[in-house]
Amino acid sequence: MSSAAHTSPETSQDLLLSLAGVTKRFGALVANDAIDLTVHKSEIVALLGENGAGKTTLMNILFGHYVADEGTVTVASRDGNLEQLEPGAPQAALDAGIGMVHQHFTLAENLTGLDNIVLGTEPIFRLRRDRSTARAKLGELMAGSGLNVDLDQPVYKLTVGEKQRVEILKALYRDARLLVLDEPTAVLTPQEADSLFAILRKLAANGLAVIIIAHKLAEVLAVSHRIAVLRGGAKVGEMLTSDANHKSIAELMVGREVPASRRTARDPGKPVIPLRDVTIDRGDSRRSLHGVNVTAREGEILGIAGVSGNGQAALAQLIAGLDKPDSGTVEIFGETVTKFDAHTFAQNGIARIPEDRHHDGMVGSMTVAENIAIEDVRSPEYQKLGFLDFDAIRKRAEHAISDYDVRCPGPDAPARLLSGGNIQKLILARVLEKSPKLILANQPSRGLDVGAQSEVHRRLLAARQGGAAVILISEDLDELLTISDQIAVIHAGHITPAMPTDSIDRSELGLMMAGQKAATHAAHAATTTNPGETA
Amino acid sequence: MEIIDILLAASFWEAAIRIATPLIFGVLGALICERAGVLNLGIEGIFTAGAMAGWMAVWLGAGLWGGVLVAALAGAFFGLIHAILTVPLGLSQHVSGIGVTLLATSLSYFTYRTALPDVSSPPRIEPFRPLDIPFLSDLPFIGQALFSQTAMTMLALVLVFVTGWVLYRTPLGLAIRAVGDNPSSVEAQGLSVYGLRIGAVVVGSSLMALGGAFLTMSAFDAFFFGMINGRGWVCIALTVFASWRPGKALIGALLFGAFDAFQVRLQTEVGAFLPSQVFLMMPYILSIIALIVLARKADYPKALLVPWFKGQR
Repeated sequence: MSSAAHTSPETSQDLLLSLAGVTKRFGALVANDAIDLTVHKSEIVALLGENGAGKTTLMNILFGHYVADEGTVTVASRDGNLEQLEPGAPQAALDAGIGMVHQHFTLAENLTGLDNIVLGTEPIFRLRRDRSTARAKLGELMAGSGLNVDLDQPVYKLTVGEKQRVEILKALYRDARLLVLDEPTAVLTPQEADSLFAILRKLAANGLAVIIIAHKLAEVLAVSHRIAVLRGGAKVGEMLTSDANHKSIAELMVGREVPASRRTARDPGKPVIPLRDVTIDRGDSRRSLHGVNVTAREGEILGIAGVSGNGQAALAQLIAGLDKPDSGTVEIFGETVTKFDAHTFAQNGIARIPEDRHHDGMVGSMTVAENIAIEDVRSPEYQKLGFLDFDAIRKRAEHAISDYDVRCPGPDAPARLLSGGNIQKLILARVLEKSPKLILANQPSRGLDVGAQSEVHRRLLAARQGGAAVILISEDLDELLTISDQIAVIHAGHITPAMPTDSIDRSELGLMMAGQKAATHAAHAATTTNPGETA
Repeated sequence: MEIIDILLAASFWEAAIRIATPLIFGVLGALICERAGVLNLGIEGIFTAGAMAGWMAVWLGAGLWGGVLVAALAGAFFGLIHAILTVPLGLSQHVSGIGVTLLATSLSYFTYRTALPDVSSPPRIEPFRPLDIPFLSDLPFIGQALFSQTAMTMLALVLVFVTGWVLYRTPLGLAIRAVGDNPSSVEAQGLSVYGLRIGAVVVGSSLMALGGAFLTMSAFDAFFFGMINGRGWVCIALTVFASWRPGKALIGALLFGAFDAFQVRLQTEVGAFLPSQVFLMMPYILSIIALIVLARKADYPKALLVPWFKGQR
């Protein structure tokens, strides 16, 4: 690489990508407003911003999916010359060595990892595929980066973390020099996220430039070298990670002070839904519970900590009335439940915030108003002479939209147009307006930005203050430690007795989630108090 | 034991393979379309169009292989209509496919009637003759069952191998399988989703038309109304039975051919102890059983029936 022409070698010699004055408008909306961004070799740049800040639009321009109205995208060619990237041509971006890992993976599930990686890299009209060369190259890539995955398994058999590795390998196989990852940790467990970061650091050390689109501050601070913050389509700040401070970035992102969620002291009330020795055996540890005792009490948030896939799904199904135990009993307000169905549970004041808000939380093709009313269509409030009373439904939706600050075109807009954060607000409105006795919140803030996350916490705390019991299933330790009164750990279908949050050590909790120390801590907790039995 | 005698006769297997031939063409065509994610219910009409176009080309003096080519082009034409409606326009594949069947069938009959307004019996052509391959055709049993078929049957058997090779051994086949599974994976790798899907539907439809052409140019020597008689629909069912694999498609088609040949012989030699419709039902019953078993397995084309639009994530 020649550096003779450049005056400042450390920066310009290694310059790989430069976006200058990139502006993109969609009608009246300015999605990107004169954004400048540079990325150098071996550098990990975090692009931070709330949902709707313009991160994805910017990356779509870089990738040729959109054409910018103004501004240029310049990429250093392989021999070091800066060349303008042809706008609106995904193939040009691929050829320039830009690789993208989308949040929703673009993998063919029935094909093997190898097939997915090689797809499109060979001339298409050929009598034979050359798998051995591909295998050799991938072997080197895996050894050099730590991206280990079984390439001969069909993709549907891989875990989410492994699928992401296949996506990264796809980019590296095409000799990507710049890797863009869109919300890479949104779908990962904390352990998988850590291992991803280790891999990215290693790749960057080998010369790869990385852009991570993110909204989780802690992760960004851990992995990046430089942080650029977008808000409302404009770049509002850029700093070296070493100079960055958690609170100031959060404010920069949100544009206002983020209220810290805080519990206020409150005495818990009666137990709402004690589970006693509940066992559900489905053969698969992800969907089974073994002799579980859990008690949620009024005015208390019970956190269930655990890496996903350890029985949380079974617990959530049970509490929602969607499954029944093989043995053991479930009581609701002192009465043993004999009829397990969702309607009965809902009538007893149990409300749920489902884990997969897009799939289980709403019907995308139905309107915002219909989604608000969907769980209560049998209630006389929404009926007139046996027909649905759309005026009443729309009125409630309008209230919900303003009370919960749901950003949407209106109550008649299809729900699928809403962003993840706004869908969650919609679900919160539906759940909380009924003043439920028990709220089952399953990963309620996963994938949400800082602002929406703090809104979810504020609402759950308010419901607790109003006397509701909350069961919070989460793998986010910060969330659990901030808003739970008690925390129990779930691992392989076993749940430890609940421990008061104030007595819990963070690293110990992490170990228990990994299945270690569970026995000793459980014994310890059992000798102190078992909150389920005292009330 | 008349049943054993039937099953051991070379003439029975010769008939089974002959009956299976149009189904082999059809099921390969349907399989290629579906592997790319497009159900092609135009198959029944494309069979008719292939039968009519191939026959008419030969009748007009194009020669037998000229007729095969014309039939393939007719299939490609109707395939292109279906592909344009379902791929870039993203219309319902069911509705478009049934539309193509109605259109192709009616157009074929219309063309036939217009060209031959007043014939009492269908004009005949000189069809493909059974092959007489030196040595091979003289082998006992297999010589009659396999090597005395017509050239089109040989073509069908070769195409089973070719389709399998293309799908599993070439970059093109990988791309076709990927586009039927998750079109986004194809787009992200810089290939054209529309190009692959349209190409697969056009080629698949040509093969379907050859199935029709076999009927007028090899099995019979004339075109008449209603001659396809549901063979296209059988192919749609056989595709599922074959779990979208060319080798299993061949087995499925042969099984159907064997059932058909068997029931004819049973009725003539043993007497009709069961209504012939029972045997006609068999392939469907087998397919339903195959569906029940296969529905849990993951290797069906995941994006089958799902339209894809550019820029969609």
